[in-house]
Amino acid sequence: MKDFKQEKTRVDQADRTIYNVKDRLDPAFLMDSGITPEIVNQISKEKNEPEWMRLFRLKSLKLYNEIPLPTWGPSLDELNMDQIVTYVRPKSTMKAKWSDVPDDIKETFERLGIPKAERKSLAGVGAQYDSEVVYHNVRAEVASKGVVYTDIESALTGPYSEMIRKHFMKLVPPSDHKFAALHGAVWSGGSFVYVPAGVTVEIPLQSYFRLNAPGAGQFEHTLIIVEEGAYLHFIEGCSAPRYYVANLHAGCVELYVGKNARLRYSTIENWSKNMYNLNTKRASVEEGGTVEWISGSFGSHISYLYPMSILKGKKARMEFTGITFAGEGQNLDTGAKVLHAAPDTTSHISTKSISRDGGNSTFRSVVTVTEKAEGSKSAVSCESLMLDSISRSDTIPVMDISCNQADIGHEAKIGRISESAIFYLMSRGLSEDDARALIVGGFAEPIAKELPLEYAVEMNNLIHLEMKGSIG
Amino acid sequence: MSHSLLEIKDLIVSVEDKIILNGINLTIGTGELHVLMGPNGTGKSTLVSAIMGDPRFQIESGQILLDGKDITEMKADERAKAGVFLSFQVPEEIPGVTLEDFLRTAKGSLEKRPPKILQFKKELKEQMKALDMDPSYAERYLNVGFSGGEKKKTEILQLLMLQPKLALLDETDSGLDVDAVRTVTKGIRAFKNRKNGLFIITHNARILEGLDVDVVHVLEGGKIAYTGGQELISKITQDGFGVLGKGVGLHEGL
Repeated sequence: MKDFKQEKTRVDQADRTIYNVKDRLDPAFLMDSGITPEIVNQISKEKNEPEWMRLFRLKSLKLYNEIPLPTWGPSLDELNMDQIVTYVRPKSTMKAKWSDVPDDIKETFERLGIPKAERKSLAGVGAQYDSEVVYHNVRAEVASKGVVYTDIESALTGPYSEMIRKHFMKLVPPSDHKFAALHGAVWSGGSFVYVPAGVTVEIPLQSYFRLNAPGAGQFEHTLIIVEEGAYLHFIEGCSAPRYYVANLHAGCVELYVGKNARLRYSTIENWSKNMYNLNTKRASVEEGGTVEWISGSFGSHISYLYPMSILKGKKARMEFTGITFAGEGQNLDTGAKVLHAAPDTTSHISTKSISRDGGNSTFRSVVTVTEKAEGSKSAVSCESLMLDSISRSDTIPVMDISCNQADIGHEAKIGRISESAIFYLMSRGLSEDDARALIVGGFAEPIAKELPLEYAVEMNNLIHLEMKGSIG
Repeated sequence: MSHSLLEIKDLIVSVEDKIILNGINLTIGTGELHVLMGPNGTGKSTLVSAIMGDPRFQIESGQILLDGKDITEMKADERAKAGVFLSFQVPEEIPGVTLEDFLRTAKGSLEKRPPKILQFKKELKEQMKALDMDPSYAERYLNVGFSGGEKKKTEILQLLMLQPKLALLDETDSGLDVDAVRTVTKGIRAFKNRKNGLFIITHNARILEGLDVDVVHVLEGGKIAYTGGQELISKITQDGFGVLGKGVGLHEGL
């Protein structure tokens, strides 16, 4: 991290327009709105999926129609499913070489810095454009170690199809909640990563996806399996153009961390401000394994996001570091969950939230320690910063401890920016806006320093932009 | 040739509708060092804070001119850009922002373009060395966990790095041990030149050792009650404000 820190540059001015690029909508295939078994069959047929997946989708759809909307979080009343186009596929099919990717799509990615990021020695890019993966590349040295990094559709029909079948939506079953069921029915696109035992992937694998079609839902599935003693850092980042129709994101992330393996999973989610981000992420960790979550939640109208870690094996560990920024018209309900299901397991949840201009940010954590989890330790800390008196911040920690030998800690802090700190910075020549942005950036620094450099810079840009209120 | 750097005319300042300063008149010329003394609670900090543009203090009437330019209505950042600097009595802690990043941001704001990295780093290193500061402080979050002495040295470091025209020092020596005061004095000496000016609030002659003091002002009852030369300092530090005559120092001695 030290090296990153020294390289780190502060970018004061960022051009928000790169996140609001709206390309000409030219889909080869546009589904009817609304979801029926016919649609689900059509999706499955289009993808040439195995029969079990088609049946899985239909079963999920049935559950989707049966399960009611959640009643405990931010309101989803305005989410109009009929308006959501579930499946929009760009003209291009899978491409292995950057030069083969169609120009308009390429332009979009270039504006988002994908090729540059790749040049900067990232191992592979699986970039999702609408619902299909259009660009994929894994560097030779990664593949030569037996690491598989592909889109999930090809994995489903290739040599790893049995592995997919064994793991797909086993951590997050469609019966979990309404949007997990929806995901099971209409999922499309996403990444599959397999790291064989003992392999250390030195450079992070990065996937970058965004929404493009107005009204399109995004239902990508990420499935990562890291075998015994292996190591992987996977980065997922999203940004989306702004639209005026209700947009839904109901992705699913499943992470399998083997014995003594370590997986670091970083995301910055930056959705357009009309987006419903109802994303489900879950990890299972075997004995001595570690999962590390770095999670930045920006944008969206409403978010429900609580990555969960199931510590299955003795001495399994999880660390969660998260930041949430809620501005005007945003209600972001985020946090983390952990299930200590084996002895001597450890969890550390550390989050920061910022709310301004009437934004609402809620932190939820659920720490469950089963009878079997003797000697387990859990520490939860959340800090909130409210930038004005009309914004709101809540903390809802839940702890369910069923064993005597556990060490559980919780810490919560809620604060406001001090006017004297602003005056101090202004007396050194910073404008009031810059002073506030610097203080908020500093508040977010413990998260930023966990991120790879480009993402830290991007997050810094986002904070500056959010602080300047330049986003509608 | 010396000209007036800071000119304060009939300044009346209130806080929460209470008048604290009631008609201050003062001129500091370029190349001059003025000292502001006075019993506790007479408004010394209010005066320097008002010159810096602290929004807690309301300027009821009067004028503050810097280099002949009226800065009375300006916000703090504009005053900083005009050349005013305040060394705070209690410097603020800014978590998550390193001293180095902060100084680079501040310098960039004042000079309207980001400083050249290598040159900036070199200068920072040298200035920190001159102030006997551990170089690791550059990487630490601004004032967070700094001792009182380190915070004050950091203020002087900022002064040296930002090179304002007018430096206001609000009890920069208070709470410092002998060596730290000596270091601060060294920093002030390094800063002082014929083009800039210093206005130092202190209760203690030690910070002024080896410095040529041009004028000493004593603040009392919201006004400059007494103005004199360097000799005033030893008089006051030995005998208290009472030595100056009726009225001065009756509320509280040193």
